[in-house]
Parts: sequence; C-alpha cells; structure tokens
Amino acid sequence: MNKNIKEQVLRSSGVNVLKCMRCGKCSATCPSYDEMEYHPHQFVYMVEKGDIEKLMKSESLYKCLTCFACVDRCPRNVEPAKVVEAVRLAAVRQQGGNRLTPDMIPDMLDDDLPQQAIVTALRKYAK
Amino acid sequence: METFTYYPGCTLRTKAKDLDTYARVSAEALGIALEEPADWQCCGGAYTTAKDEIATKLSAVRTLNAAKELGRPLVTVCSACHNVIKQTNYDISRDEDMAAKVNNYLRLPEAYTGETTVYHYLELLRDVIGFDKLSEKVVNPFKGKKIAAYYGCLLLRPSKALAMDDPENPTIMEDFIRAIGGIPVIYAQRNECCGGYITMEDKAQAQKRSSAVMESAADQGADMVITACPLCLYNLKKNSGSELPVFYFTEMLAEALGLKEASNE
Ligand code: SF4
Ligand code: SF4
Repeated sequence: MNKNIKEQVLRSSGVNVLKCMRCGKCSATCPSYDEMEYHPHQFVYMVEKGDIEKLMKSESLYKCLTCFACVDRCPRNVEPAKVVEAVRLAAVRQQGGNRLTPDMIPDMLDDDLPQQAIVTALRKYAK
Repeated sequence: METFTYYPGCTLRTKAKDLDTYARVSAEALGIALEEPADWQCCGGAYTTAKDEIATKLSAVRTLNAAKELGRPLVTVCSACHNVIKQTNYDISRDEDMAAKVNNYLRLPEAYTGETTVYHYLELLRDVIGFDKLSEKVVNPFKGKKIAAYYGCLLLRPSKALAMDDPENPTIMEDFIRAIGGIPVIYAQRNECCGGYITMEDKAQAQKRSSAVMESAADQGADMVITACPLCLYNLKKNSGSELPVFYFTEMLAEALGLKEASNE
C-alpha cells in the first residue's frame, strides 16, 4: 500500500525527491509556514521515506497557496509544490475525500468575491 | 490596426468587468484589436501541475488551439488565466506523454503542441506597443503619484514557464508606471502571495498575508497599489484592513490615455 502511494505520488508530481539537499529554503520562503504542520521540505523528505499517510491526513495539504515561491527559489530545482499537489490529489481522490463540495459554496460568498476564487478552490479542494 | 486573439476569462465577465473594459478601450486606442475566440471556457483558475491530470488542462488547450487556428498570438489580462495558459503551453510543448493524452482526448484536425505565443497584456504593452510609444499617448499623466506595483505570485512564477520578467527583481509594472507618468514604489512584498483562494476557508490566513503586502507598500510611501488580478484586488481590499486604494492597472492605463470617462458613458 505504502509503496503504491509513493510510486503514484512520484509519478503524478514528476519530482525527483532525491535531488533535495535539505537546505530548507523552500520552507523558509513559504508564506504558509506558520499554518503548516508539515512544511514543504518535509513533504519532499517524507515522500522520499514513503511516510505519506501522515501527509495525506494533515491540514497542511490545504494550507498551500500554490504561490510557486518554493518552486522558483529551490536551489536544486526540486519543485516542492508539485509534491504537495500530488499528495493532496491522492487525498481528495479517495472516496469521500472532497474537502469542498458545491453545496458549501453559497455560505462562503460575499458580493465582491471573484468567481476565480470559487473555481480555484474547487479545483484545489475537490475532485 | 493589428489583431490579437483575446481571452478574458470568467471573472472579467462578472466581478472584474473594469479590468476587461479598460483593457479593450485602451488597446484600441493603441492600435490593437482584441478578438475573442468563439465559445471559450473558464481556465479553471489554477494550473494543476500533476502529470496524471488531463481533463483539467483541456480548456486552456482549447483556447490556445483556437488562437493557433486563427493564426494570431493570444493575449490574457487576468493573472490567473495568464498563469494557467502559459503553464499549460509550456508543459504541452515539453511533455510528450501529456501532449499525446490531451490530443487523444481533443481529436483536433492537427495536434496542438505549444505553437501559440501568449502575451500578458503588460507584455503586449512592453513588447508589441512599447512603453515609449505608450508614454507618447498619455494625456493625463499621474504626476507625482507614488504607485506600488503588486505582482503577487501568478504573474511571475514559475518563471521558467511564464518567462515574463525576473521573478525576484521584476521591472515590467514599474516601467508601466513610469510610462503613465507615475513614480514606482519598490517594496519587499510586491512578489509575495496575497493569500489567494485561502480566503474561502481560512480568512485569518488571507488577512495575515494581504495585510503584510499592504503594510509593506504603505511603509515605502505608496499612494496606491495596482494589480492585474481580481483575487489579489479582493484580498488587498477586503482582507487587509488597509485604507490604501487598490486599482486594476488597466483602469490606470485608460485614465492616463484619457479614455476613462468616455468608456463609462
Ligand atoms: S529548497 Fe529544494 S533542496 Fe532545499 S530543502 Fe527545499 S526542496 Fe530541498
Ligand atoms: S507553493 Fe505552497 S508550499 Fe510552496 S511556498 Fe507557496 S504556499 Fe508554500
């Protein structure tokens, strides 16, 4: 099971986690650092170790803003955000794994909220 | 008049009509016609980087292919559409497996593999029209106004796919501000995230991010902030708690060109 998930995450992200030198630069630049239990460099390391179930259950998956700061600023071109995305997809693709469903949207709206926020959140939080 | 294919995206049809209207009237005054392809669809707001995601990439490919068939470059204004479309174009031109799956699905008369040139509207101003030409057409310069350009994350990153400007020391919006007669303000948070869609489920985090951006701009003496993104505008206005005004760059452009009143009639 573990091995399957690891392979799936590696394939889906296209990331070579072995390139990481654990400098922590990705986490230092991450705007969601304080809100995350596991930080971008830990995502990379834990996927390498196959320790993915903890990540799949973590709120950290939904704290990533997809700002690509970690992607552009990683000195080894590891692209940690792609790992976060692959693990999040593995989680929301599970039966009942949707974080957000369309019936939850009306309560989140206000007069100024752009459509862009809704379509993006649905793309990130649901399958 | 030169014609470009133009992709407004869903938000410019609804909550961000100003971003769209001012972009169109200004382009026309600068000698560029913007023409929408028939039946475009929403880009989805965010690019899915995962290699095993195909369906979420189709809408952007359809738009890119429409521009290819019309034989013209594609122009976008919204930072998010620009990001999704450029990342899709970058990946489909390099990832053969993804390109094959997408093309299998779409069954186009000719496979699409990244042929279309994509410009953000700011790139159109810089690379096609030229900021010097633009400044010659300015009738209402923003004299003495200190303007903070807010890039956020989507305009510049990932820089190898977007290839718009130096992601850490960008100049395109500052050059735009100079062209319309203002004084650009450089501040630390100009290319950090406003919180984006997190406002949907974690207001506190959106407030924290957007107030950091606005405080950073205010500390450097900005009179106003400009953006190309409807979601940035929302976060900076509604979640930051700051009184500093925030405008779309296209509204500033139309005003500088003396087109703002006319386009509101
Ligand atoms: S910045 Fe890159 S090399 Fe450094 S810890 Fe993060 S992923 Fe690893
Ligand atoms: S893309 Fe996600 S993980 Fe990477 S820096 Fe931005 S918020 Fe952090």
